[in-house]
Amino acid sequence: MFDDLDGDRRGFLKCMAWAGTGALFAFQGGIGSSIGLDAALAAPARHASVQPFTFAQISDSHIGFNKPPNADARATFREAIAKVKALPNRPDFVIHTGDVSQLSRDEEFDDAEQMLKELGLPVFFVPGEHDMLDPDGGKAFLNRFGKGTQGAGWYSFDHRGVHFVALVNVADLKPGGMGNLGAAQLAWLKADLAGRSSSTPIVVFAHIPLWTVYADWGWGTDDSAEALKLLARFGSVTVLNGHIHQITQKIEGKIAFHTARSTAFPQPAPGSAPSPGPLKVPSEQLHSMLGITDAQFVRGHDRIALIDSTLSA
Amino acid sequence: MTRGFKILTFQVSVIAAGALMMGVVADMARAAPPAAAASVTIGNFTFNSPTLTVKPGTTVTWTNADDIPHTVLSKDGVFKSKVLDTGDRFSFTFAKAGQFGYYCSLHPHMTGIVTVKA
Repeated sequence: MFDDLDGDRRGFLKCMAWAGTGALFAFQGGIGSSIGLDAALAAPARHASVQPFTFAQISDSHIGFNKPPNADARATFREAIAKVKALPNRPDFVIHTGDVSQLSRDEEFDDAEQMLKELGLPVFFVPGEHDMLDPDGGKAFLNRFGKGTQGAGWYSFDHRGVHFVALVNVADLKPGGMGNLGAAQLAWLKADLAGRSSSTPIVVFAHIPLWTVYADWGWGTDDSAEALKLLARFGSVTVLNGHIHQITQKIEGKIAFHTARSTAFPQPAPGSAPSPGPLKVPSEQLHSMLGITDAQFVRGHDRIALIDSTLSA
Repeated sequence: MTRGFKILTFQVSVIAAGALMMGVVADMARAAPPAAAASVTIGNFTFNSPTLTVKPGTTVTWTNADDIPHTVLSKDGVFKSKVLDTGDRFSFTFAKAGQFGYYCSLHPHMTGIVTVKA
């Protein structure tokens, strides 16, 4: 239902926009490459003969978080937004890969929304588990950031030849399990992808990683293999996630996976701490562990490079 | 002599008062035995007593000691906490015998079980 960004839909997309970890993605001639915000800021403006488009990712803003190592997650979110705004090549839109809020409180969602408005860009959201904590289990988030979406908040749209799919893997989680997509969403995804040319570049985004980063901490999605099976025939698939507050990446077949940093607080590397709780780094280190960092992945003939940058740059 | 008598009277009064209080406490204990209680601390993304056995009538209190919010949700829908931020508590009294598995709805790899038997 989001066929393009033109006309009236643009207003809707503004409601849906999300900004991730501050990674910047550039698509040129159907081949994606991405550069970090710092590199983009340093780069001269592109020649007009090339018509790339870019979008930015912001993730895990946790508005309302106020404990070590970050007493004010609103302030660091504002810094990430300023970073996106300062880009010489204005992104077409921003995606936010979830955990917008810390506790799903209205004032947290409201502050996030108001700050994102400063971008003047469409923002596309998917919820994180922290956005499902209202008494109605996610309705507060959907009413504000997910109008017109399916089920627990999934949807897709096309932009300049790239098909974007937003998935929700934080609803109805099962005891002992990890992230979960569920049968209804998988059926929707199958129908959404059916009939699309295998040469269509696909970007999938969801909160929890769609591959198992670390099962002991629940860093994966139980039924992601079924989604990846549906994506396997496409020549260029990029999967963008958040949740783990650090950069990880992997290439499997034609699918490139990448997780983004948080704008609020870092988490430990898998298994490197007793729990995945906030990494309590000294304040002078905090900004170097938030935002975006260099991240590139190259796959076959298609190339999508992600260069993340940090808030300290 | 007068002063000594007064001191003695005071001491007797204190002893009498103490005896009276002890009697009251004993009466209270007979009337309402102290409620059985157990506690589970949530820390490092785990329930620190993942298996707990209690008698019927026991009130179990979960306290979140993590910097990240958690929930306590019965697998069978018997009990459900609101979101527990740091330091928040949730209590549930187990009236009947049985096995009650539970988990955190945010981090479902966190699981525990309360066994209630007489």
